[in-house]
Parts: sequence; structure tokens; C-alpha cells
Amino acid sequence: MTTTDLPAPGELPEIAVDPAAFRHLAESQVNVELDTGDMVLNIGPQHPATHGTLRLVVRLDGERVVSADPIIGYMHRGYEKLTEYRTYPQITTLINRIDWLSSFANEVPFIDAAEQLMGIQAPPRAQYLRTILTELSRIATFVLFLGEMGLQVGAITPAFYGFRDREYVLNLIEAVTGGRFHPNFNRIGGIKDDLPWGWISECRTVMNKVLTSCDEFDDLVVGNPIFEKRTRSIGIIPQELGAAYGVSGSNLRASGVDWDLRRDGPDYLVYNELDWKVWTHPDGDSFARYWVRLQETRESARMVLQMLDQLPSGPLMAKVPRIIKVPAGEVLVNTENPLGEMGYYVISKGATGPFRTKIRSASFSNVSILPWLLRGVYVPDIVTILASLYFILGDIDR
Amino acid sequence: MADDAATEAATDAGPALREQAADALARLQAELGDAIIEHGVAFGDAIVRVRPDAWRRTAQICKEQLGFDYLSFVAGIDWMPTPAVTEEGSGDTSTPAQPKEQTYGVGGSDGRYQLLAVVESTRRKSWRIILKTDLAESDPHADSWVGVYPGADWHEREAWEMYGFVFDGHPSLRHLYLPSEFEGHPLRKDYPLLAREVKPWPGLVDVEPMPGEPGDGDDATADGGASA
Repeated sequence: MTTTDLPAPGELPEIAVDPAAFRHLAESQVNVELDTGDMVLNIGPQHPATHGTLRLVVRLDGERVVSADPIIGYMHRGYEKLTEYRTYPQITTLINRIDWLSSFANEVPFIDAAEQLMGIQAPPRAQYLRTILTELSRIATFVLFLGEMGLQVGAITPAFYGFRDREYVLNLIEAVTGGRFHPNFNRIGGIKDDLPWGWISECRTVMNKVLTSCDEFDDLVVGNPIFEKRTRSIGIIPQELGAAYGVSGSNLRASGVDWDLRRDGPDYLVYNELDWKVWTHPDGDSFARYWVRLQETRESARMVLQMLDQLPSGPLMAKVPRIIKVPAGEVLVNTENPLGEMGYYVISKGATGPFRTKIRSASFSNVSILPWLLRGVYVPDIVTILASLYFILGDIDR
Repeated sequence: MADDAATEAATDAGPALREQAADALARLQAELGDAIIEHGVAFGDAIVRVRPDAWRRTAQICKEQLGFDYLSFVAGIDWMPTPAVTEEGSGDTSTPAQPKEQTYGVGGSDGRYQLLAVVESTRRKSWRIILKTDLAESDPHADSWVGVYPGADWHEREAWEMYGFVFDGHPSLRHLYLPSEFEGHPLRKDYPLLAREVKPWPGLVDVEPMPGEPGDGDDATADGGASA
């Protein structure tokens, strides 16, 4: 058995958005003194399902969640303030550490913003290398999820496969950039170095390995009845509500929203030169989020293989002044990162550093739906939902 | 040479309003009328500055009539000039020197504080708009967007914590990142970057003057070099 039979979009009941759904916003103040019948359960700040330190204060009525209040900020590093005192090249080092699983993908929108303000365009080969490395970060992020999601719901084996495949991809990234987690490889106007010898054939091998292990995940996890029982119809995000909360990326596509900034946003990198497909799933539950990420991992691997075939030659850097002074102006750049929409709003006043940078990170908005999403679920499902939303605390707290 | 021409063309094409943005702007203008104070262009995107009393209505129109179903973010801006961290002439070039006069960005501003929001559509390609509104300097207040976009909840808590903006109608303005006893609003420009106040830029100690430069500490060598 390789794939599960998925219900067609029409077969599922429409999810109506209850206007009273926003009531929790008023109720989200956790009050321990009231309702003596309820139990307050503190989850975290340290918990394996939270990549970093997220604390959840959950009020329970028996096994059911009455209200959940995520408490964030344990990893707040004040990057928005720091960017006001740093130069553009220094800031790329900082933003590598926002979403540390896909650091390379973090750099791209910021560098793009600076380049737009300066009127510089990176040469085609640099654009291709950026796209390849962004997709590699996506694969590294997603295969970890594919393995670990199994772990969270009780299947140990997939986790080892996930970490194994991630290691292959991280080795590739390390071979090019010198850094496994924080490459800091983008430069304003291009990219630092070319690919090392033999990298392209090695990358092809790894991508084929990734495609094979995606089939393994399909067999091992998606086709597993226990996994299905744990994830189907758990944590359903309705389309409209998800969008209004700012939930983005695979989480929103798993709710049937056919929206991917790589295709639907203003053009960036070389995605419009590639032949690829945006995957959606109509259900919006934890299973759908797993399924969509699995397909996207495959799609990314195919995209990398395509790009390796049509990699142009040429210079890696555009002409850039030695001291980078960015002309005054404002620009909004948002891109499709592995975890969702990552955006930078950069305000420059003509200095060597930005005047103000608003960092719009994906996990922040993805997690802000938790108080709504967790109401009424059972305690073990909290872990399933947290794992399936897939967030990085550095990406929430910035 | 071909590269230079391409770069120049890109610069010229950059600031023009994207087709969808122009469409969105026209429709917002038709709905809001004189509630729009000013509008501008930021690399293809439309920036619309609305009157503070129309802030909530703008959100409603955007969501219900113009198809902006997705909230990207709400954030604050403090237009006060960034204070210099280091004294002039100290040789510390680690922080960028920002202009000392208070200027405002695209769309202008009435004073120091502004709110910035970006809304997008998940149904239409490149359908997004940047919104701004001015807040009073003495008592920054704005209408909350939570009733329209529930995702504004955390963004407004962040703006409240970081800038001290009060959102009328927000169900629970409380600290998001910082401990509840924290005082001050860290992203305001007059809030000092405490790490730098406590400890000077460590990079300074690495800076040694080049041989022969003033401050080298060995004037004889410098003179000798000059005479030779």
C-alpha cells in the first residue's frame, strides 16, 4: 500500500465559521481562582513538541481543553531593535537565527529588499543558486517534520529516517556554504561562492534519495492506520478563519487554500521558470498538514533536479559599491518560506543600516490561532496539533 | 555594459505601481473617499495613509469588499531619528549613522507615531496593500482590528508592548514577549539599546591604527616613514 484514498473535496461537510468563535479572545486571560472544577495544566516551556521554549497554560475540564493560552517570549532577542543599530551585511547574520531550520530561506527576502531599494539585480546564476539552496532548506526542514511528526504521535521509527535524510541535505548545504545551520551565504547583489566540484552529481543522488524516502514516509506514516486515527479530523483550521489569523504556508494549503507566494506573490527568484505544482488538501486537519508537506518535499526535490539541469553559467555577483548605502525608501518583500509567509518591511533613510525593519515571521501568526484551535480538543491531541502546525520558536519570538 | 543597462532598467521599473496594486488602490479610494489622506508607491505596492478615525472601517472594507482575506501583520513605526549610540569622532563605526532630522516615509505622517499594516488575498495573485495611519504623539490610540482580523490580536499586543500604542476594543492588551512587570516600550527610538550602554562595542578593541597613522603611538616611525 503506498497511498491512502483521500476523500474528494465535495465529500466533506462544509466547515461553517461560527461568529462566536472569536469569543475566546475575551476569555483568554487565564484565571486560576474561578471555576474550581477545572484543572490548570502547564505545558512547557520545555516540551519536545515545541521547537524551543513555548509554554501553554491549558485549562481542562476532565480531558477536554476549555481554554489554552500560549505564552511566548522565552526566546525574544529583540531583532527588530537590533536591526536599527546594524548595517545590512551584519543583519543577514542576525536573521539567519530567526528560523534556524531554514536559515538560508530567511536571508533571501531581506537581501531581496535591500537589492530592490538599491536597484541591483543579482545575476541569473546567483538567482538559481539561491533558489536551489532555498529549496534544499525547505527539504531539510520538511523531512525533519515528516520524521518527527510520527515521533510526536508515538511512532519512533520515522524520526530516524527524518534525521538521516536531513543530514544528507545539511551536508549538501554545508559543502556549498560552509555552515550547516547558519550559512550567511547571501550577499547584496549575489551570492558568495560557486558550487564546489562534484556537488551537482552529489546533489542529484541526494534528491533521488529524498524522493525514495518520501515513498517510505508514505508507506510508513501516511498509510499507517494508527497515525491516521491520531491525526484525521484533529485540529481543523477553516479556510477563512485561518487566513484572517494570518496562518500561511503549508498549514493554510492543507485547508484547501491554493495560495503559494512562490507562484502567487510578486516574482522572486526563478520559480516562474520552473515546472511545478502547488499542493493542497481539502481537510484542514493534522493529517492534511502532514500530507501536504510530504507532497511539497517531493515537489521541492523535483524542482532542485530541474534547476540542476538548467543551471545557467555566468557571474555570481552584480556590481555593488564597497560600502553598502541603501537609498531612502520603503519596500515590502514577502516570500514563501518552509514555515509560511516570511516578510520584511524595510524602511531606509539612506544610511548603511535600515531605519526600521518589521520582521513578519510565519510561525508567529501560525501559532496565534492556537487559543482557537485548542478549545475543545483532548489533551493528547494538543501534542498532535502542535507538531502538525510545525513552528520554530525563534520564528515566533524573533 | 549589458548588465549596467539591465540594472538601470530595473531601477526605473521598480517604483511603478503594479497593475493589481493600482486596481486595489482605485477601489479603496472609491470606498473610503476623503478618509484617505495620501497614497504612495513602494516598489510596485500601494501605500495608503488613512485618517485614524477610519482605521477600523478600512479593515472592514478591505476584508469584506475588496477581498483582502489574509492579515499579514500590524506593526508600529516611530519616526523619531535614531539616537546615536556612540559619540562622534570616537572611531566606533559599528553602528550606521542615521540622519538626525525627523523625516517621514512614503505617504508622509502627522507626527512621530504611525501604525503600519499589510493585508493580502489568498485568492488573487499579488493582491496586497500597505496601510498606514497616524497616532497622536501624547496619547497614541487606535481602533483595534481584532473584530475584523482575529490575527491582529497578537500583533496589536506586540505594538502595545513595544510602542505603547493603545488599541481601543482589544480584548486583553497584556505583555506578549516581555515579563508582565517590564516597564518602558523598547522599540520606541528614545528607548536606549541597553546592551550597548552597558558594554561598548567589543569590536573597538580590535581596531588598531595603521602604522604611520595619527594615534599610532609611535610618532618617530611615522616621521621616519614620511621622510624616507
